[in-house]
Amino acid sequence: MTEPKMPLWEVFIRARSGLAHRHVGSVHAADAEMALQAARDTYTRRGEALSIWVVPSAAITASDPADKDSLFEPTASKPYRHPTFYDIPSEVGHM
Amino acid sequence: MTTIAITETPLVLSLLRLADTALVHSHRLSEWCGHAPMIEEDLALANLALDLLGQARALYTYAAEVEGAGRTEDDLAYLRDAPQYRNVLMAELPRGDFAFTILRGFLLSAWAHPFWQAATRSTDAQLAAIAAKAEKEAAYHVRHTGEWTIRLGDGTDESRRRMLAALEALWPYSGELFEADAADRAMIAAGVLPDPATIRPAWEATVTRVFDEALLPRPADGWMHTGGRSGRHTEHLGHMLAVMQHLQRAYPGCSW
Repeated sequence: MTEPKMPLWEVFIRARSGLAHRHVGSVHAADAEMALQAARDTYTRRGEALSIWVVPSAAITASDPADKDSLFEPTASKPYRHPTFYDIPSEVGHM
Repeated sequence: MTTIAITETPLVLSLLRLADTALVHSHRLSEWCGHAPMIEEDLALANLALDLLGQARALYTYAAEVEGAGRTEDDLAYLRDAPQYRNVLMAELPRGDFAFTILRGFLLSAWAHPFWQAATRSTDAQLAAIAAKAEKEAAYHVRHTGEWTIRLGDGTDESRRRMLAALEALWPYSGELFEADAADRAMIAAGVLPDPATIRPAWEATVTRVFDEALLPRPADGWMHTGGRSGRHTEHLGHMLAVMQHLQRAYPGCSW
């Protein structure tokens, strides 16, 4: 199914209540128009969507799982980056 | 098999013709469920089938109400035999290969879209409401089957060979879409149904646009099959109804 004529596309849906497109899965299709239709028919059957993006999976540059120590581990020791050390005055209400 | 006898006033007959065409085409599309070339297309064909099934249900419910004999949508779908069915013949032909299914869907939806668009202006409020929903669905059916027609017609040697064979088989059934008999003319005069002569230019334009891009020749209009709208069907419809109706026939009134 992954032969060059039927490549993989990543599907992003903006929900009725959502502001941003979220990744929901992938489809096989020969080109962009058919990928859009396949995404519509596969992922929006229950009224989920207001907008669809499809992106060739091959166009995505992904981080290497082997790099996780160097990429992500250093942040574990920097709790001061989380906004948990501030007292929010009660008058502010819900933020 | 037994059949119920419907009192076919011009309005009831017109509603049955539309409903039967939608239901029979829907059933042929549903025969792909689990068999399509890929999961994405399996869902796409099932979606088309469900759109048509929804249109058929609304039309049957309204036809039963107009007839006024206390029948339901299920009675009309499950308890009439082939000679009582009023669908166009193109809808009942066996599902064929994927090219045949796509081209049939394209030729029918290229007719259905302008038909339902015009029917939104029907003097019959119920039919206009059904048309408003069907028109949006038909627009997507044209888009989906049209894009596939382009890709199969201008695709590989094999896809093109299959499309040309489907075109040769289906084209002689296209004339029935634009027929108008006495019942049709009564409905057209009353402003209930659009005149098929006014639908034809939009159908021709859609077919020409897509066929040009698909590198498919538009066949000449020669002899055309006819009869489905009057109950004279191919041998295929009876077999299809035997499968579709057998549960209600074997267990009358069963539900789950």
